[in-house]
Amino acid sequence: MELQIKLFATLREGRGKIVTKEFNPPTTPKKVLEALNIDEEDVAILLVNGVDANLDQELQEGDVLSIFPPVGGG
Amino acid sequence: MSGYCGKILRINLDERKVVKEDLNMDWANAYLGGRGLATKYFYEEVDPKVDAFSKDNKLIVATGPLSGTPTPTGGRYMVITKSPLTDTIASSNSGGRWGAELKFCGYDMIILEGKADKPVYIDIKDDQVEIKDAAHLWGQTTSKTMELLAKDVGDKAKILNIGPAGEKLSRIASVMNDMDRAAGRSGVGAVMGSKNVKAITVKGSSKPAIHDKDELKQVVSRVNKLIKENGVTGEGLPTYGTAVLVNIINENGVFPTNNFQLATFDKAEEISGETLAEKYLIKRTGCYGCPIACGRHCKVDDLEAGGPEYETIWGYGADCGLSNMGNIIKANYWCNEMGLDTISASTTIAAAMELYQKGLITDKDLDGVPLQFGNDDAIIEWTKRMGLREGLGDKLAEGSYRLGEHFGAPEVSMSVKKQELPAYDPRAIQGQGLAYATSNRGGCHVRAYLISPEILGLPEKLDKFSTEGKPLWVKTYQDLTACIDSLGLCLFTSFAAGAGEYADMYNAVAGTKHTDESILECGDRIWTLERMFNLKSGLKKEDDTLPHRLLKEAIPDGPAKDKVSLLDQMLPEYYELRGWDEDGVPTEDKLNSLNI
Repeated sequence: MELQIKLFATLREGRGKIVTKEFNPPTTPKKVLEALNIDEEDVAILLVNGVDANLDQELQEGDVLSIFPPVGGG
Repeated sequence: MSGYCGKILRINLDERKVVKEDLNMDWANAYLGGRGLATKYFYEEVDPKVDAFSKDNKLIVATGPLSGTPTPTGGRYMVITKSPLTDTIASSNSGGRWGAELKFCGYDMIILEGKADKPVYIDIKDDQVEIKDAAHLWGQTTSKTMELLAKDVGDKAKILNIGPAGEKLSRIASVMNDMDRAAGRSGVGAVMGSKNVKAITVKGSSKPAIHDKDELKQVVSRVNKLIKENGVTGEGLPTYGTAVLVNIINENGVFPTNNFQLATFDKAEEISGETLAEKYLIKRTGCYGCPIACGRHCKVDDLEAGGPEYETIWGYGADCGLSNMGNIIKANYWCNEMGLDTISASTTIAAAMELYQKGLITDKDLDGVPLQFGNDDAIIEWTKRMGLREGLGDKLAEGSYRLGEHFGAPEVSMSVKKQELPAYDPRAIQGQGLAYATSNRGGCHVRAYLISPEILGLPEKLDKFSTEGKPLWVKTYQDLTACIDSLGLCLFTSFAAGAGEYADMYNAVAGTKHTDESILECGDRIWTLERMFNLKSGLKKEDDTLPHRLLKEAIPDGPAKDKVSLLDQMLPEYYELRGWDEDGVPTEDKLNSLNI
């Protein structure tokens, strides 16, 4: 199944802004991070379709993941 | 007590008289310094019902006990007065180097009283304090004023000043310092303008005493390590500045767009921190003693200027429905030149755009300058006209609430207590909504930054849609923030440090014996005193609310679709936790327990 992965801030380095990739179901955000060679410790915020998600939830065809390193401001 | 200079400058502008007084150390013990201690002085000396532009209003410029010390980010100062925007206590906070330099002159704070009969500036060099003629500065933009003043007082002096907006009593005028830093909010620049004071220059030669230098060295080393190792303060903010938030807030579906009519912006990437860093950033800048250096210096066409910050990018960008980053940088520059608060100025233009959308402002009001959402050309010209009060700019200079009221639609003002809200839609961030509604200075994100736990997951991730437990989080953040402000440090340190670190730094500098609990009690005392001032000035429970749109009209788009603020579910518990009665009035027991 195809997933769209949006990367932000330092996670874009060497990977680009948006990655569209095929995964064998069932799959999880954890497997997406492995496929993109992103260390779990570098991920501070993980959204699936704009909603807070966890690393082990099952993903669905067409889901959009947004992945952020630690960021802040105000 | 070390850390403090132990002296305040009281300047009576009517009589042109300068008095050096001993700092009230009993009050300093109870209210720390800066925001807290200045509020105590203000509360004791000023009638809460005073008109903000009356000469009986006072304006206090205050530092904290950690300002000018080796503690990280110790360069801050605060401006405390009665706000002409909100009619509540104003406490506006800025970085740069000016705050530290005032301490080097030997003063913890300056109290301005009365009104000068003609424009003046105040020149402070250690013991020498002079009130000087400012006729040649009046009417000048902020950068021109600083350029002219540097010739008068020397280029090593640090300068704080107002722009044309403050002179013309715009209720959203800022106080600027060190060229592009701002005590932006609540119209403090207009109060300074009402007193005919254009600038305060400082050049000092002594450092504040430290109680235990070895202990301080160890604590500072520990806190700097926390700051460096923290992903936000060690990497995110230094690399991308505050604008790194654009994408994350938009992806969460809480990025107010077109004056809060939408909550996602389809062109967010064009105004993101990543785009700013890639296309416009020329250097990073830091305030006095800051290991984070979140400041930006950007270039577009022939203009090189400080900023823009996240809130400004949002206000001029998504909230006005436009994505031309170059024009946002230019509009930010003109805000600073005019001495306007970038949050209130940009969102007042957004409110004007909604009035135009509704047909309440028409082309005959515009003198040929467009005011539609998404029109890139609108923001620069309207910012200038607002600063100079030209044409419709005269109404914009009053802020969004009074603008809306003038056109018969105050509901377009996305404000709390008439101060414009910042860049997070509280309909889907429940704790932040409560923090907005109960902020003592009106709509504001930095009285309690619940975005940290509700969006960023710091110190732990909370469900942003839930109200459960949020009143206690809001109270704790409000109390801790009051401490950080009052000590004279930057709120951004709190991404990495907790109450214990602030207590340890204060103890090492001042020789106090504070614990986590006792320093937070100071925060509670400061918050409660601000509340007492506001109640005496006429504030009611009904003012602890949000705009109708955010309570009754659900978010129409994006991942937070259908959400509204559930403020009513949180407010009673918040009052109870604060020790306030059901009308939001502190009980006698509460006041006695805090020794107020």
